[in-house]
Amino acid sequence: MQIDAGDTAWVLGSAALVLFMTPGLALFYGGMVRSNNVLSMMVQNLATIAVVSVVWVVAAYSLAFGPDAGGGFIGTLHFAGFAHPEAPVPGLHLTVPPLAFAAFQMMFAVITAALLTGTGADRMRFAGFLAFAAVWTLVVYAPIAHWVFSPGGWLAHRGVLDFAGGNVVEIDSGASALALAWVLGPRRGWPRDAMAPHSLPLTVVGAGILWFGWFGFNAGSALAANGLAAQAFVGTQLAACAGLLGWVVVEKLRTGHATTLGAASGAVAGLVAITPACGFVNSLAAIVIGLAGGVVAVLAVGIKYRVRYDDSLDVVGVHGAGGVVGTLLVGVFATQHVNSAIGSRGLFSGGGLDLLGEQALAVVVTIAWAFVMTWLVAQVVQRTVGLRVSESVEVEGLDTAVHAESAYDFGNVRAGRIGA
Amino acid sequence: MKLVTAVIKPFKLDDVKQALHDIGIAGMTVSEVQGHGRQRGHTEVYRGAEYVVDFVPKVRMEVVVDDGDVTRVLDAIVAAAATGQIGDGKVWTTDVGDLVRIRTGERGPDAL
Repeated sequence: MQIDAGDTAWVLGSAALVLFMTPGLALFYGGMVRSNNVLSMMVQNLATIAVVSVVWVVAAYSLAFGPDAGGGFIGTLHFAGFAHPEAPVPGLHLTVPPLAFAAFQMMFAVITAALLTGTGADRMRFAGFLAFAAVWTLVVYAPIAHWVFSPGGWLAHRGVLDFAGGNVVEIDSGASALALAWVLGPRRGWPRDAMAPHSLPLTVVGAGILWFGWFGFNAGSALAANGLAAQAFVGTQLAACAGLLGWVVVEKLRTGHATTLGAASGAVAGLVAITPACGFVNSLAAIVIGLAGGVVAVLAVGIKYRVRYDDSLDVVGVHGAGGVVGTLLVGVFATQHVNSAIGSRGLFSGGGLDLLGEQALAVVVTIAWAFVMTWLVAQVVQRTVGLRVSESVEVEGLDTAVHAESAYDFGNVRAGRIGA
Repeated sequence: MKLVTAVIKPFKLDDVKQALHDIGIAGMTVSEVQGHGRQRGHTEVYRGAEYVVDFVPKVRMEVVVDDGDVTRVLDAIVAAAATGQIGDGKVWTTDVGDLVRIRTGERGPDAL
């Protein structure tokens, strides 16, 4: 196929938008932790960009999108090191250069790993997390990406639909977060001690950046500047809005207050839910999916207190639960009127339960693989590099104890001198 | 000399400052504090987790005055800081041992 300038510009621009989501996530999460840990959260996100990008080029891109090694399970290392950059991904007939596609997908791997910083807030070792992120990208992210996103993948062969990463990013990170929270253990004092957000203004700015970047994440996944991208764009916006309203209404009814954190979280939950669906469903369906995402997520974030796992910033409750909702609803709302390229239709489009069944299979398989492999990787890192900081470091706060920095000094009272 | 300390509602600081200037008291030190007396705090909710916050933001104002001015100063502060609602705060005095103006080295009442 011919390289199209408009398509290429859109995909490259979308790649930059998706990259921007990770610093956005740093702000979103950073505002939610306590002030003595905000820098550690932010630098973990920044460093994850660095580590995962390199791992992507070295091997993960090839494992995800390289020629299938057999059975649709994993790609070969044919593209390792971005070798053969002019060669297309087998089965993908794109009007953008393969390198642009590889760069776009790189940003997806980056943010998916970065999401896990939220689970280990306030207690994760810096080097430990980076080692974890590197290995996790290779053994958890790349296989699932191959199964779903690569035309050679076994779930793709079965007709599973995931437009921008409901499985590959959202359910993947949600299930992984559950395993990681279990291995890490809860924060000292959780859940009794107060651990309230120190700066919700940062969180809201971060949510805005995530919302903005998500247009690249979802509409960019059309891999072309066309009507499908426009539908994905519109659906993304509507789902964010419906998710926000859904969360806020439910929390007002349950707690008596509509909160800023709830509005920001609801928008994110809606965006999560529409991620697998935006290229397959129409605008009204997007509203329903976003609303479902917001309502399910606001209820799901309370589960950790009952089951007793400290998924500190609710990766399971927002990304995991929202991803499951969206992926299943694809099986209900997917229609060839929106995307003529799909082989099957959803329940409400006369397709019966077949697609829904395949979506459910994908959900189960993704959760199982992500949970088990993440548990294994976390165990290995725990016994080698170390996964969790010591108790005294955790009590002092990671910013000073690990990074020798403090985030705020408004009164210019920080004592000490250079070279003391 | 006496140290007059007042813990007041933050939005009342300007009225108190003005009232003291009006009776000839020029300097003071102000800090932002948290506190409560019999005033209840409030509840904050973050993703469904409820936090009972007992403390309320207040301002602590301190000024060193001459013994003879204490009554006038206390009256001025009380009049300016009061709203009649719970949480208006308290003002008290403690004795001051020594007082020095750092710029000039003046000591005692000359440093006021």
